[in-house]
Amino acid sequence: MLNPAHIRSQFPILNREMNGCPLIYLDHAASAQKPVAVIEAQREYLMHLHANVHRGVHSLSQQATDAFEKARETVRRHLNAAHVEEIIWTAGATDAINLVSQSWGRTQIQAGDVILLTRMEHHANIVPWQLLAEERQARIEVVEINENGELNEADFQEKLKLNPKLVALSHVSNAMGTINDVKRWTDAAQAIGARVLIDGCQAVPHMEVDVMALDCDFYVFSGHKTYGPTGIGVLYGKKELLESMPPWRGGGEMIDVVSLEKGTTYAGLPHKFEAGTPHISGAIALGVALDWMSGVGLQSIGDHETTLGAQARHLLAKVDGLRFIGTAEKKTGVVSFIVDGVHPYDIGTLLDPMGIAVRTGHHCNQPLMEHYGIPGTVRASFGAYNTLQEVDALSAGVERAVRMLR
Amino acid sequence: MSDSNQLLQQRQEEIVEEFAFFEDWMEKYEYLIELGKELSPLEEADRTDENIIRGCQSRVWLAAKKSPEGLLEFRADSDAIITRGLVALVIRALDQLSPEVVSGADLWFVQRIGLDTHLSPTRANGLLAMVQQMKHYGIAFQAR
Ligand SMILES: Cc1ncc(COP(=O)(O)O)c(C=O)c1O
Repeated sequence: MLNPAHIRSQFPILNREMNGCPLIYLDHAASAQKPVAVIEAQREYLMHLHANVHRGVHSLSQQATDAFEKARETVRRHLNAAHVEEIIWTAGATDAINLVSQSWGRTQIQAGDVILLTRMEHHANIVPWQLLAEERQARIEVVEINENGELNEADFQEKLKLNPKLVALSHVSNAMGTINDVKRWTDAAQAIGARVLIDGCQAVPHMEVDVMALDCDFYVFSGHKTYGPTGIGVLYGKKELLESMPPWRGGGEMIDVVSLEKGTTYAGLPHKFEAGTPHISGAIALGVALDWMSGVGLQSIGDHETTLGAQARHLLAKVDGLRFIGTAEKKTGVVSFIVDGVHPYDIGTLLDPMGIAVRTGHHCNQPLMEHYGIPGTVRASFGAYNTLQEVDALSAGVERAVRMLR
Repeated sequence: MSDSNQLLQQRQEEIVEEFAFFEDWMEKYEYLIELGKELSPLEEADRTDENIIRGCQSRVWLAAKKSPEGLLEFRADSDAIITRGLVALVIRALDQLSPEVVSGADLWFVQRIGLDTHLSPTRANGLLAMVQQMKHYGIAFQAR
């Protein structure tokens, strides 16, 4: 069991007021707040450890490099990857997906090939594939969902018959919290020879992820949603696969020998994909964030958030005309809803002066909103630091807002 | 022209006075919701793609024409009620003025009543774009 008071005391931002009320931050799915351990790690790095990595004979550079590479090992351990060089630092999940589409995609996807996505993907897992498909004259196909926001089994099986070269799907839906059975779909896709990329942005913050057990080809996530800094993220890829892929960006750090006459040979993994000076402090602090999560306990974090989500649904169900979007059997604590005759934007606008931060709109998921025929939803999403009292305040706030708006 | 300008200033003063009564945010929003409900909806014929102004979150429609007296007439609508309330205020300030005054209008009342965050470029509700579109109409109709 997680002790909310103890957790909250580690998040300085939660002490601040918003519009004269205590801040109630229910927008974890957009970005997580940071515990002191993470803030201090970044500060500590800048105060005592900063130098460029992999470049210096001097001790400071060596120490910075050690810390940077130690963080990579932390990520490896956290995801249970087989090799540390399978962990590539990126600027975030979006950057990681673009890396795969530009490096793997441009060499592997041919005219007429099928790339299979799902209806619930974030724009970050749609648009890079559209760009690639356009360039390579490939085709995007989409697995549809059921009314409750789960992937449609039959449709998935049907679409796999199209022999996609790649299946790119989210581990957990950001708009609805649906947890997809990615192990099963990875097996099914690989059985027909497809590569599988899993967008783990909304999974890594809430549960244990084991890429070796999943056996997926690629797995991506963003640091800022896992209590770490912005501007840093991770691409996991199977070693042989990454080795076979050409570099995407060129520059320093990623080379072996550069010759203007004889051309350039590239560094090995993981540096081949890390051109330029990386976000060193971000990587180090991300390692600390993942360790912080493990310290609290991934299971207890997930259980706590599920409890909050269940309580929120229980209370909000009493609001007249309220309908939940995403009622999958297996889901994270995300609660997404609309209210008959009321625009989600109005609800969010009225919650704001009460100090309650929720996200309203399409959540970077316009195809999903189109499917439900709605302009967007109100989404409350929870982290380890949220409490049942905050859930009570949310439900009271929504009731009050709806009363005003009707 | 100076008539129009005088009107614009007068209307803004009135709005500021009205809002001076409100003690807190919720009262302001209640009033905006009321204004939003009172604003007569745009006819379907005017809810065209041409008239739509895309905010990321709420949509705004704006239609404009020139009256026989050469003044600009605006009608607008939104799918979100609070945005409609704000739309109603902006229309109240700018409707039936000369195109010259509309094109150069300084809507200072918005800040005075503390609603400037709703007209900020980072607030994806379509309002700022609507005001800019109204000014463009002001410029376009001067030329005719
Ligand atoms: C499921 C999912 N995928 C991708 C992203 C993109 O992440 P980022 O903007 O950090 O690159 C997000 C975050 O908004 C997300 O929730």
